[in-house]
Amino acid sequence: MTATGLTAELAETAAEIRRHAKDYGLDFFEVVFEMLSSEQINMVAAYGGFPTRYPHWRFGMAYDELQKGYVFGLQRIYELVINNDPCYAYLMKGNSLVDQKLVMAHVYGHADFFRNNCWFRETNRKMMDEFANHGVRVRRYIERYGLQAVEEFLESCLSLENLIDIHSPFIQRRAPGREEEPEIHRTQPARLRAKSYMDSFVNPPDAIEAERRRLEQETQKRHKFPEERQRDVLLFLIENAPLERWQKDILSIIREEAYYFAPQAMTKIMNEGWASYWHSTIMTEKVCNASEIVDYADHHARTMGTQPGQLNPYKIGLELYRDIEDRWNRGRFGPEWESCDSAEKKAAWNLDVGLGRDKIFEVRAIYNDITFIDEFLTEEFCERHKLFTFEYSKQSQAYVIQSRDFKEIKQKLLFELTNAGQPFICVEDANYKNRGELYLYHDFQGVPLKADSARETLAHLFKIWGRPVHVETATDRRRKLLTFDGSRHEEKFIK
Amino acid sequence: MVQRIDPDSNRFRQIVRGKIKQNLRKYISHGELIGKKGKDIVSIPLPQIELPRFRYGSEQKGGVGQGEGEAGTPISLEPGQGLGAGQHPGDHILEVDVTLEDLAEILGEELELPRIEPRGERMAETAKDRYTGIRRVGPESLRHFKRTFRQALKRQVISGVYDPEHPVIVPLPEDARYRSWKSRSLPEASAVIIYMMDVSGSMGHEQKEIVRIESFWIDTWLRSQYRQMDTRFIIHDAVAREVDRETFFHVRESGGTRISSAYQLSREIIESDYDPAQWNIYPFHFSDGDNWGGEDTAVCLRLLEEFFFETCNVFCYGQVKSAYGSGQFIKDLKERFPDRERLLLSEINCRDDIVRSIKSFLGKGR
Repeated sequence: MTATGLTAELAETAAEIRRHAKDYGLDFFEVVFEMLSSEQINMVAAYGGFPTRYPHWRFGMAYDELQKGYVFGLQRIYELVINNDPCYAYLMKGNSLVDQKLVMAHVYGHADFFRNNCWFRETNRKMMDEFANHGVRVRRYIERYGLQAVEEFLESCLSLENLIDIHSPFIQRRAPGREEEPEIHRTQPARLRAKSYMDSFVNPPDAIEAERRRLEQETQKRHKFPEERQRDVLLFLIENAPLERWQKDILSIIREEAYYFAPQAMTKIMNEGWASYWHSTIMTEKVCNASEIVDYADHHARTMGTQPGQLNPYKIGLELYRDIEDRWNRGRFGPEWESCDSAEKKAAWNLDVGLGRDKIFEVRAIYNDITFIDEFLTEEFCERHKLFTFEYSKQSQAYVIQSRDFKEIKQKLLFELTNAGQPFICVEDANYKNRGELYLYHDFQGVPLKADSARETLAHLFKIWGRPVHVETATDRRRKLLTFDGSRHEEKFIK
Repeated sequence: MVQRIDPDSNRFRQIVRGKIKQNLRKYISHGELIGKKGKDIVSIPLPQIELPRFRYGSEQKGGVGQGEGEAGTPISLEPGQGLGAGQHPGDHILEVDVTLEDLAEILGEELELPRIEPRGERMAETAKDRYTGIRRVGPESLRHFKRTFRQALKRQVISGVYDPEHPVIVPLPEDARYRSWKSRSLPEASAVIIYMMDVSGSMGHEQKEIVRIESFWIDTWLRSQYRQMDTRFIIHDAVAREVDRETFFHVRESGGTRISSAYQLSREIIESDYDPAQWNIYPFHFSDGDNWGGEDTAVCLRLLEEFFFETCNVFCYGQVKSAYGSGQFIKDLKERFPDRERLLLSEINCRDDIVRSIKSFLGKGR
């Protein structure tokens, strides 16, 4: 790949925008801009931003789609930013100067977000190098074990890619060194010494019985493996599946990359909103001259365009930041504001406290999309931006608007964002029926799994686990168990 | 310029090819691909190529949107333009583009069709150069850097000048190697397909659809075998006339059937436009097997014997089953020409027979 640096003119522009960004208080890793042709930028995008990634046909597929979309004029990628120190940003050659300026300002917003949002705290900031190392390792395995074997294994891993525990970098799920503790398992309840006539008072029989039951359960639990449900299915497989060393390594590569990308999925609205807030602020207040403002507005409007069937994260994010800024500027927060029920008073509410900027800087540091929506999406906002929920109507065989009720909108939106839109699936039992079969549990939240896809995923899981695999899920109201035993798929209702 | 993505792209194409091959029979009998045809490419929907996941089905899920409308208003989920696409995963089906050439190759592999050997005296030679060899002399523009380097390295190792600690290779003029070319002569042959179809009242929509699907695949295959190809279309009921492709597949006539009228017209076309010494000629005739009467059939048989078997590579007759047709014509042909290798017959009862029928027409390699 032949990337080139910025032209003298663009370099100057970049320096200017960087200066403005700094003046506004943005705090970012240094940004390295590179210019790419449309084909190159599509290629980099196909690799998720990392052209040195391991080889796999799915990147070829992504490239094919992007390239086709570009050629037919359906889509074009203006910019790509990589969460890394330094931050790499790719610009497309041949875009107009105004577009490049907008994109640069946008990039500085992302760079600040990557550095300061707490959900990115645990990501590897030298991921560029790490991805290259992964690529080298996978290529070595291909050389040693053959393309077919490695490719097939990669596919199996990739189909399980989303089964991670996105909060685990911030929580200690397992106490360290617990295995080493001396194990004393009491199976009978402890009794206090007492004279026989006092015994039923000192050791009340029902308390003893309850304790006995508890101990029994605990013993049972100790025999269970894993002892508790494990959300990080990939980690569980790395540690427990009968895999070759190279297979374990590939699985851990996939897992590491999944964790690296997870915060970006968790903060899509906030991240894009923040970058859009800053490109619009920097462009309109500092950079655009009179001859550029119309082109800028045109591009900005296209970026913010909305469509009935999907939320534009750029738009929602930007508008929410502006709403927060406005509310905190006018003091529309806190118990007094909340408890005020006079619409008239509320409409005229302005304490002129000017805390808006500070507030949004705070918000960008400590929230993710779920907490962001949960805290700052207000009823007025939903009305103003005409949000609604939609559902699939079997009757009209189309998606139709369902409701404009604030509570429903918020609930649906939060559901979509929960676990980055992925179903919760964990390892329930790795020795199911005492036959070493793997039993996964889908924590049903009202939306069933896509059936054909789930079956195929089970087949991939079987390749890794080597013994029959199950997933307990549900449709509507009934629990259901999907099973794949290596040759046959089975489906049955349970309990 | 070789891009880093190329190996992955090629691998993806290989996989697509495998999937198409796997599903080819389905594509053929459903006729899905026709109508999706651009000039040289067909776009093929491949639902199952995406990696499976445990994920929600979007139908049950619904979502949150933005815009005007009351409850119950239908909305579209088409992805739009913009800096970034929305995050609605949807259940999209991947459309991959395949060239007709590739498609023909896949068809050939799957149905094990032999390559057609054009008839001997009709071959025109065209010369084509390919750079395949290496020479010691040549223009500098054709110098093969790697081979030159290797030669110099070899010489230095042999003569003991090579120092692994200090590996400097200096090529001398005698080390230089150049690419050289060989001329290959390629046979160039032209072909014409003449499609004839019975459009009398008894040929219904489904019968025509079968003909349409089958001729699409025949077309695709024969085109891959000849550099230049013409197609002509004749429809007939009691009289025959030449039409364009569009009309051929869509016209609905009624009335009686005189097959000889089509054969006669086809003969006229061949005689005026296609000298059998220059052209490979493929008449295909599709009908439900109902003819006006024994008299007309006799005329047909005579035309076949006297003209078509002499001039054409093969004469193909496909009999499509219809509710009204008697299916007599194929019986007459079989009776009159029991072992004529120039005559290929095939009965097509339903769509699933199309594959077999294609194979019996094209499987002879003529």
